[in-house]
Amino acid sequence: MRKNQLNWMIGGPQGSGINASAEVFARSCSRAGLRVYATFDYHSNIMGKHSFYRVRVADEDLRSFRDPVDVLVALDEETLTGDGHHRRWATHFGHLHEVSPGGGVVFDTEAGFDPATSDRKDIKFFPIPLMELIKTALTEIGKGGQFRAYEIMKNTVALGASLALCDYPFASLESVIADQFKAKRFDEIRGLNVRAARLAFDYVRDHFNIKDFPYQLGPGPDAKARILAKGFEIIGIAKLKAGCAFQTYYPISPATDESVFLEKQQRAQNLLVVQCEDEISSINMAVGAAHTGVRASTATSGPGFALMVEGIGFASITEAPGPVVTLYQRGGPSTGMPTRQEQGDLLLTLHPAQGDFPHLVTAPGDLRESYQDTFSAFNWAVYTTIDKLELKYDKIERGKLYHPGDFTDPQFKGPHDGFTAQNGHQTTQYGGAEKEYLRYALTPDGISPRSRPGQDGGRFWTTSDEHEPSGHITEGVDMRIEMMRKRMGKLDLALKLIPEDQQLGLWGPADADLTVVSWGSPKGTILDAIKVLEAEGKKVNFLQCRLMRPFPARRVGEILRKAKKVVLVEENYSGQLGQVIATETGFMIQERVLKFDGRPFSEDEMVKALSNVLAGGKAEAVVTVVR
Amino acid sequence: MSVEAPAKKVSVKDFRADLHNDWCPGCGDFGILASMQTAFAQLQINPDRLAVFSGIGCSGKTPHYINAYGFHTLHGRVLPVATGGRLANSGVTVVALGGDGDGYGIGAGYFVNSGRRNVDFTYLVHTNQVYGLTKGQASPTLQRGRKTKSMPERAIQDGINPIAMAVAAGYTFIARAYALDVKYTASIIAKAIQHKGSALVDVLQTCPTYNDLYTKEWYEGADLPEKRSRLYKLEDKGYDGVVKDPSDPQELIAKKAGAVARSYEVDPIPLGIYYQANLQTYEEAVSERIPALATTPLAELDVFHRDVSPLLEAMR
Repeated sequence: MRKNQLNWMIGGPQGSGINASAEVFARSCSRAGLRVYATFDYHSNIMGKHSFYRVRVADEDLRSFRDPVDVLVALDEETLTGDGHHRRWATHFGHLHEVSPGGGVVFDTEAGFDPATSDRKDIKFFPIPLMELIKTALTEIGKGGQFRAYEIMKNTVALGASLALCDYPFASLESVIADQFKAKRFDEIRGLNVRAARLAFDYVRDHFNIKDFPYQLGPGPDAKARILAKGFEIIGIAKLKAGCAFQTYYPISPATDESVFLEKQQRAQNLLVVQCEDEISSINMAVGAAHTGVRASTATSGPGFALMVEGIGFASITEAPGPVVTLYQRGGPSTGMPTRQEQGDLLLTLHPAQGDFPHLVTAPGDLRESYQDTFSAFNWAVYTTIDKLELKYDKIERGKLYHPGDFTDPQFKGPHDGFTAQNGHQTTQYGGAEKEYLRYALTPDGISPRSRPGQDGGRFWTTSDEHEPSGHITEGVDMRIEMMRKRMGKLDLALKLIPEDQQLGLWGPADADLTVVSWGSPKGTILDAIKVLEAEGKKVNFLQCRLMRPFPARRVGEILRKAKKVVLVEENYSGQLGQVIATETGFMIQERVLKFDGRPFSEDEMVKALSNVLAGGKAEAVVTVVR
Repeated sequence: MSVEAPAKKVSVKDFRADLHNDWCPGCGDFGILASMQTAFAQLQINPDRLAVFSGIGCSGKTPHYINAYGFHTLHGRVLPVATGGRLANSGVTVVALGGDGDGYGIGAGYFVNSGRRNVDFTYLVHTNQVYGLTKGQASPTLQRGRKTKSMPERAIQDGINPIAMAVAAGYTFIARAYALDVKYTASIIAKAIQHKGSALVDVLQTCPTYNDLYTKEWYEGADLPEKRSRLYKLEDKGYDGVVKDPSDPQELIAKKAGAVARSYEVDPIPLGIYYQANLQTYEEAVSERIPALATTPLAELDVFHRDVSPLLEAMR
């Protein structure tokens, strides 16, 4: 019997509402004091293609998902056995083979699946007549004849059935289902969903022997409802707290969610969100707004970022205070895999446009760091007038839901890096009518006093050409050298300015036998894997690279040269961070665990890969599709 | 755009920057620059509340010669940058400008979509049929079959019709002027700035170095037996492009159709206001969403004391 350690999955065609029921389940567990880590896996498709949602639940903090599925909820046959029988090249083999021995499969009796045909004799099957239960609920309110119009409710019904297996208290589920349909106009649909879930819950208890089902779920020890969030929500809130007043975007998966989230806050928060005609417009509009006195930002994904590069060079040479660009990575190259996971954009972001110019790139590894780095980015940009700060996130966009930590922590209360949130015009530092104001004045630290259009006496010129302190064009030798040094010198300033804990993270024992080097969202998976290995008596630590430009080369080099053995972990083909480390520190990492199938690392894959490296085996790319 | 008067009266010379001008002698850009400065003085614009944005090319240098906030941006991207500036601070008068290659070629997407938005700015396009700073290649307004002295071959693409394109895109003020007629061009620019919404002024400009077809003499009709100008003013022929009742869709369509019809006249070429309608601006639409913007520019709103706790609570 396993209490409160559950790997649950729901799968079905896109458009069938599996994400809604998975999120209801996740939130229900969270409110019951359990810890949740959920990931959504979906196609670039509106309706019909296979998608699935994993929810991992435990009593203690979770930072990754696992491969085995203890309870599988299948709304269709493809979820069980894959699409090999109707595609020339199968995209997946279903999830039946992933079910843990002793685990359970809840499936729709209409799905056309016969358990007798399965070679999995070590798991339990629970066929549920989902439509019949919906019909019963509808009949109770006199609408039994219209049941086909309510097919979408299948996901809620299946959810109810699956939780009966685990002896989960129905009341914990009921309140979250009801919350989903809070508005008065949903009175009927709210009642129907709760009722249908209840019928399914009772159906399982009445028709199956579930007393011995090994996976049990009940309220956690600490019944405090934690924040359960997705990346775009946390980043959006960080932008609001940092005083962002202007956000531009062009629709693109998976970045759009952030802008739509912010768009909903416009009225309440005095934030202007502009949907542009393309990403070139998005970046340039944000640059224009930043120069004109607002904290500006934009959000995009790889293909959009590829269009923005010209504007990034422009922002940099004109020393705009921002904008902050949020880049949600997806599988490349080109259109690539729009809804899939990859860390393939690092090298592009480090030198996105022609010439040498300063910009900052940070790569937070989880929701908490995303909040910190987004918030700080605005301050760093305004202070240094380093054109832009780029925040790279992977996988934490739509498809991941977990606890970011408690937002009442002091560090989330306000500025935590020495800067107050203000627009940053240094209104007293330019001369006004009496003294000439120079927007690009040469100063010891490279930071020139800044004004903005509309300010009295603060008039300036600015140009994408090389320029003099006045902002007029120059092609003079001395001035060119001075201006290049002024701009590029701001990178040294940034390295002094940015707190070391936002530059890199070093986790685990100092005397480890193996040092894992990675960046971005594999962080949680690596930390969970290290915990598993620790229990086996293996000593592994983790160097997390977070600030990518300027790169903390001295510190990273020191750590790596002292390490006994080093392995690089990345979700891309070429080991891009490894290339950066080699260039910046001269340290060549020999062992590499790379994954580029568009899916994130699971805890199990990570444990296996690191164990192999520890045992002296060659690290190899991990392949997830097994059969 | 309503214009805030400066503390003391300003004249044309207050808008001149102290910088050597490197345009070719006789360049039409001088006429456009002088027209802008004249219009700014006519309207008594406070230079501290004026921002001039430009693209890249000869015309792109214009802001450097004007004493105001000056943004010399990227090739083709002037309108997004200017839009960002205007939306960040609606207390600033925004004038954007660029060449015809900049606006109708590489910047065509922004030209069209800016018309859809109707942000309150004025956009001057220096139409001289050539890319001057790269030494005279054909620009998008050069007609098929024409060849300037700097081109190795005749143009085999059609020239576009910017006036008709602006009508289709939704510009609410569309006019044409002639760079060497400073007085008239200044009066059109002044009207464009006063107009509430996106205003296009397509300015016919001579390039004495690379364009030997559309010269000062050609516009004056020096080659014609009757020596008559190849330009005329719409108002002189009784044309009125101003929509009287913008709530009347029939009048809007009729005025747009009239403007498009006039835009295909090639000899003589009409100057003046082809079309004007007072329709809701982007800023007005935005103020309906964010009421504080009706009275305060975005850059001056307090956005640093936001309460996000309801958003966080909703995530529990």
